[in-house]
Amino acid sequence: MSDVLKKITFTLNGKERTVEVDVRKSLLDVLRDDLELTGSKKGCEVGECGACAVMINGESIDSCIYLAVWVDGKEVRTIEGIEKDGKLSEMQQAFVDEGAIQCGFCTAGLVVSATALEERGEKMSKDEMKKELSGHLCRCTGYHNIASAVDKVINK
Amino acid sequence: MYDFNKYFEAETLDEAKKILKENPNAQIVAGGSDILVEIREKHIEGLELMGIHKIKELKEISIDSEGTISIGCMATFHMLENNEIITKHIPMLGRAGGVVGGPQLRKVATIGGNIANGAVSADTATSVWAYNSQLVLESADGNRTIDVKDFYLGPGWTDVKQNEILTKILIKKEDYEGFSGEYIKFSQRKALDIANLGCAVICKLDGNKFSDVRIALGVAGPVPIRCKTAEDYAKGLEVTEENINEIGKKAVLDGKPRDSWRASKAYRQQLIEICSQRALTKAAQLAGGK
Ligand SMILES: Cc1cc2nc3c(=O)[nH]c(=O)nc-3n(C[C@H](O)[C@H](O)[C@H](O)COP(=O)(O)OP(=O)(O)OC[C@H]3O[C@@H](n4cnc5c(N)ncnc54)[C@H](O)[C@@H]3O)c2cc1C
Ligand code: FES
Ligand code: FES
Repeated sequence: MSDVLKKITFTLNGKERTVEVDVRKSLLDVLRDDLELTGSKKGCEVGECGACAVMINGESIDSCIYLAVWVDGKEVRTIEGIEKDGKLSEMQQAFVDEGAIQCGFCTAGLVVSATALEERGEKMSKDEMKKELSGHLCRCTGYHNIASAVDKVINK
Repeated sequence: MYDFNKYFEAETLDEAKKILKENPNAQIVAGGSDILVEIREKHIEGLELMGIHKIKELKEISIDSEGTISIGCMATFHMLENNEIITKHIPMLGRAGGVVGGPQLRKVATIGGNIANGAVSADTATSVWAYNSQLVLESADGNRTIDVKDFYLGPGWTDVKQNEILTKILIKKEDYEGFSGEYIKFSQRKALDIANLGCAVICKLDGNKFSDVRIALGVAGPVPIRCKTAEDYAKGLEVTEENINEIGKKAVLDGKPRDSWRASKAYRQQLIEICSQRALTKAAQLAGGK
């Protein structure tokens, strides 16, 4: 195949990047393998677990079923772009404080989705919040502490 | 890496039509949530995909002076849930969009893909059918508009030709004005699960009588269906619990469910009856029935 490479320009964690991507690659593969941002995790690879969630134009999506070429002209934020000046963001700190992390495999995706929710700037009921986070699977925590962490930040 | 052979990026609708015409193996990728997963899980090789993300007009949701609502194929479920035209005039479709998959999926997956893919479990297919929608199919060789009732040809098989793009879904004023509706997705889990039964019911009342009832079912046969027997029976009936129960029983006669690992035929028949009754009860309440 000759024309597998395509040049795209997008903003990644605040910096403009121009890269040549293989059109067959998912955004997750480009982030992890080409750009060496391995914070986003590869779980199911079919859009069911949310471990790979990243923000595109402020909205959380599953990067495993999103072609990398589609971010051309868009703004991408990964878990690596959530911290502020080398310090954990308030959401990240809440995950730590509430014991919302065990093995950590689901954490990056959840923090990304929770941050997107936080940045909407709306308070919400626990039920609404749970629905908003229902695209994530966590095999360790039982979700309770995750819900507490997100609630603490969103409804402070 | 996804195993496909070529990727085309269509910048405009005309270009998209041209690419499909000139490349007889090319196939549309919209949000990708069906087709990319299929490539991965079924190890399909050699596809040629054409992206249509950049075509702005395909994302539009609008209403014209005659009240016809037009939904662009690239409208995501998230857009359906939040769009004012939809939530005001055809809220059932917005709610159906809101139960697809999970939140991240709904930001990307499209109504066009949901309908064009032809899956019997497609959550928006029942609403699209209950509102008697029309589907606009465009190609380099011309455009045509077909009724949703003529769209499904068999399991996973629709009337979209290789060179055609389902550009928009149209819903006429007479098919939504005065109607109230309820969609029930019956599934094991609340999120990220495929329906055991999808049931979209809309109704219109004249006083406390049903003047029009439409019941559309998903996963009740090889393709999404409408319950003609139940609908005809319902017309003119008083809104009472007894009548609604009877209408639900009639809906079972229209369904053709089968046994699968998800649910048995007998169980699905039970679901058809109960879900039609519940959805109709809710729809009648919303329409002001007593
Ligand atoms: C984790 C997960 C959960 C899911 N849960 C649900 C659910 O609860 N309910 C549900 O209904 N579905 C569900 N799905 C299936 C899928 O998300 C939907 O069917 C979705 O609407 C497909 O849209 P898409 O834009 O992603 O389609 P794509 O995958 O891009 O396309 C699907 C098919 O339609 C064709 N196509 C797409 N757009 C057009 C067009 N405009 N004109 C002509 N052909 C076109 C493509 O060529 C392809 O064959 C789920 C999928 C995943 C991965
Ligand atoms: S790895 Fe993307 S959703 Fe599971
Ligand atoms: S902490 Fe292990 S999967 Fe969530």
